[in-house]
Amino acid sequence: MAVDTITSKSYITHHLQNLVYGKLPAGFDRDGQILEEATWTFAHSPEEVLEMGFWSFNVDSLGWSFFLGAIFSYFFYRVARNVSKGAPSGFSNLVEMIVEFVDNSVKDIFHSENKLIAPMALTVFVWVFLMNTMDLVPVDWLPVLAQKLAGDPHFYFKVVPTTDPNITFGLSLTVFAMILYYSIKMKGVGGFLSELTLHPFSSKNTVVQILFIPANFLLEFVGLIAKPVSLALRLFGNLYAGEMIFILIALLPFWIQWTLHLPWAIFHILIVLLQAFIFMILVIVYMDMAHQKDH
Amino acid sequence: MNINATLIGQSIAFIMFIWFTMKFVWPLLLKGMEERQARIADGLAAAEQGQKDFADAQEKSTIEINKGKEQAATIISQAQKRGDEIVEEARDLAKKESERIKESAVSEIEQEKEKARQDLRNQVATLAITGAEQILMREVDQNAHNEVLTKISKEL
Repeated sequence: MAVDTITSKSYITHHLQNLVYGKLPAGFDRDGQILEEATWTFAHSPEEVLEMGFWSFNVDSLGWSFFLGAIFSYFFYRVARNVSKGAPSGFSNLVEMIVEFVDNSVKDIFHSENKLIAPMALTVFVWVFLMNTMDLVPVDWLPVLAQKLAGDPHFYFKVVPTTDPNITFGLSLTVFAMILYYSIKMKGVGGFLSELTLHPFSSKNTVVQILFIPANFLLEFVGLIAKPVSLALRLFGNLYAGEMIFILIALLPFWIQWTLHLPWAIFHILIVLLQAFIFMILVIVYMDMAHQKDH
Repeated sequence: MNINATLIGQSIAFIMFIWFTMKFVWPLLLKGMEERQARIADGLAAAEQGQKDFADAQEKSTIEINKGKEQAATIISQAQKRGDEIVEEARDLAKKESERIKESAVSEIEQEKEKARQDLRNQVATLAITGAEQILMREVDQNAHNEVLTKISKEL
């Protein structure tokens, strides 16, 4: 790129592009240079990202999500180790409030016995909340810092992991795997299959019942698939839209930005928390449904 | 915005964090919180017990104080009575003593009087004899007139 002018379009697309690490095939034309052999590298353009295919990684999303997860684990572990020593204070209070809140939610919604659900709900809630909160960091701070550190003005850097569908689908598909695992574990393969095929239309007449199977399966299967898809897309959509609006606001002259940025950021605090809460509650609900023996 | 292997990486991280939370965070936190809850409940119960004990002790002390006051009042009244008695006794004793002293004084006076009278009698007798001697110009035989003299002195 000879001319380095930033247009609105380039600014927005730049902000929406992840930092992708993947393998470019041999013979790829890279800015006029033909690669002699397949190389693992960071993508410099959306075209290169497309060329890298499935086996590439969004390093920024993964890095931030892992970093935030590690922060969550570290601080909660530290509080957990010192919890019984006298009266709680400051951060310890906050952690215990969250834990109690999650514990109550799980007790209200989840009626079976499983030691995995509450820790899973806690992880989901705090982790998703932290990832969402990255949205409140002004959109240019970390990307510009990363560009300066990397010495590359075209360095892609997205800091909000939940605006990356890979991250939200990573979460929701794991939840989906657990739904399948516990459905089969609690109800057996037959029980699970009958749940998928014998509802919502049922008949005492065996022949009619058999005729109902395809229709039932279609409905129930769509319902089943809709769980992870809606879980991932709801979180992604909300945060992506929020991020998008922050980017658009950032296009305004700097002295007027705050008039829109401030109200949106304050409103976004609600969304950040609410989406984390919804994600957690739905995970608990889905897990409860997977554990319930009778429909 | 394409789906790639980030999905798998995120799933692995998710499972790892769930595992970590389940293993190291959740049980410790819940256990600690429950322990503290129990301790707070115990503390509150102990405080309540202490308050009850304190109220009991207060009640007891009030009773004791009242008892003590009553006792003190009895002692004081007894002492007063005893004091009055002592004063009365002393008064009686003093009265008796004064009477005794008076009596002895009176008898002494009586004795003195008797003695003085005796003396006077003797002197009068002597005077009478001396007078008589003067009149008679001779010696009066005392022994001869002793009877008379004694009679006179007795009349005095």
